[in-house]
Amino acid sequence: MRHRFDVRVGPVGFRIGADWRAPIAQLADLYRDYAKPADGIPDFTVRLTATRPWRRWIRPSVAITGDYTLPEAAPLPLAQGLLAAEMAMNLQMALGWRRHLLLHASVVENNGRALVMTGESGAGKSTLAALLAAQGWRFMGDEFALLDPDTGALHPFPRITSLKNQSVAAMAAIKPDARWGPLLAGTPKGDIRHLVPDASAISAMDVAAVPALLLFPRFGFAAAERSVPASEALVRLTQASTNYTALGEKGFVALTRLIASVPAVAIDYPDGDTALALIQRLMR
Amino acid sequence: MNGAPLLVDALRDPATVAGIGAQGWTALLTVARAEQLIGTLGHRLDGLALPDRVAAILADARASAEEGRRRALWEGEMAWRALAPLGCPVVLLKGTAFVVAGLAAGQGRSIGDCDILVPRERIGDVEAALLAAGWEWVKPDPYDDEYYRRWMHELPPLIHRDRDRMIDVHHTILPLTARIRPDAAALIESSVPLANGLRVLAPDDMIVHAAAHLFADGDLAGGLRNLWDIHCLLEEFGVDSLTARAQHHGLWSAVWRAARLANDLFGTTIPASWQVWDSGDPLVRRRLLARDDWGRPSRPVTRLGFYIRSHWLRMPPAMLARHLWIKWRR
Repeated sequence: MRHRFDVRVGPVGFRIGADWRAPIAQLADLYRDYAKPADGIPDFTVRLTATRPWRRWIRPSVAITGDYTLPEAAPLPLAQGLLAAEMAMNLQMALGWRRHLLLHASVVENNGRALVMTGESGAGKSTLAALLAAQGWRFMGDEFALLDPDTGALHPFPRITSLKNQSVAAMAAIKPDARWGPLLAGTPKGDIRHLVPDASAISAMDVAAVPALLLFPRFGFAAAERSVPASEALVRLTQASTNYTALGEKGFVALTRLIASVPAVAIDYPDGDTALALIQRLMR
Repeated sequence: MNGAPLLVDALRDPATVAGIGAQGWTALLTVARAEQLIGTLGHRLDGLALPDRVAAILADARASAEEGRRRALWEGEMAWRALAPLGCPVVLLKGTAFVVAGLAAGQGRSIGDCDILVPRERIGDVEAALLAAGWEWVKPDPYDDEYYRRWMHELPPLIHRDRDRMIDVHHTILPLTARIRPDAAALIESSVPLANGLRVLAPDDMIVHAAAHLFADGDLAGGLRNLWDIHCLLEEFGVDSLTARAQHHGLWSAVWRAARLANDLFGTTIPASWQVWDSGDPLVRRRLLARDDWGRPSRPVTRLGFYIRSHWLRMPPAMLARHLWIKWRR
């Protein structure tokens, strides 16, 4: 393809090709401190192509494709090409990655102990991860937690964070000197801006951590805390996993081992400070 | 690098991957995924000295195919549990049959739907039994439904409501509208029973079906994988009685062409007398190899030609015009 950018995020190498220069230039800038795929051989190919030959120039429209494609993935205008790249990278992971059990979750680490936070969109897992990172925790990712079925360790996948609507301003307040991508207004997911993780998160992207706590946070309620039984945790995590069924028995073993080895807690929180206090106490 | 030929070379002779470099590996793995042959490639290259990254990707592909195999076996078993009380033969087809029968063609193969063949006069009973056991219609569209029932060689696809897996129930191996009418009763009559009660096609019929699937039906999408199936089946079963059987089904020209192309691309062992020049082969070959280093379909004109051909083979002109008109208006 005409324009190309290769990058490695944690254990996963990507090759991203595009019909246009702009999304590739934006990716190259945001991912400039990341490594390249090991051996020069990426795990996945992502393609950002025009939906029709003429749509390269006339009302340019980006189809989200690659090794793995969802027929129902709607194309995006070229101005949102960066979002298209991010969605296509996620799609390859969700449909194609088999080395780890994937959980849709954010992960932060402190002293080698990892906190896994999962929940519906809006539960605050990205924001809480950023708040904790601002307190000195290591950010390991806020899209996928990569659980190693052989060792039970969590591997970082510190992709560029995509923030929506109000969380953009909220995060700008938490991290005043962070590096940002362009504002993508009016996307199907609302207004989006991409945030580059801390240098410490990027430089330690090959360092795994041992899970210490499973957290199911919920934003917008009075502070509350409840222990989650193993059965409920299992069901919630199977729903949060994109490759649990594809891994078969291996996925079941990995997930039940995780649940048996760490406490699982659901918390409600009205604001960040309350959540931080709860988490500090739970992780002690 | 040059896309699909890299994959064909690697499957035919794994030694060709020596020295292809990072760019070559990247292209090869991408093309193999696009052609649904990554698991097969994983098995073909297993045991060679490979770059770490390639070894890891192919190990994942093998594990993934193994899981797919397990699920296909289970799906076949579930279909059998639903259908055994009917007392009619149930013949597994394509990928599921290859893995159940432990054939080389099943090694690392990706398997989509569960395809079965049953006698046409029992198709109503089979449908009712599957619906009672939790399968549901995928396409609730009345035109499509009527189209399948009247003209196709299979029921409209059914999907299981709990396991989310599709089953295609065939009563023959080509659409009823096609000019060629294989002998479906003979396919079932000669089928081979397995230990668990299910059946698979006899070796020659398996090859005939694979060739029919490749050339007499469809537009050659996924053609390299189908041709690899044929290569494996020909190598495993030989060709002693194949000509007569293919002629009986009216599919000798499809089988012969498949054998020539498998020989050409994968080096399949075929009789010298079969190796003749045919004016149609280069175009089919061109279509089979229409995939670039990025995994993109290439050669749009050739692809379109085969797409039109697939419809032409499938139905007479007036019916085709009506079908395309109805489809186009939506």
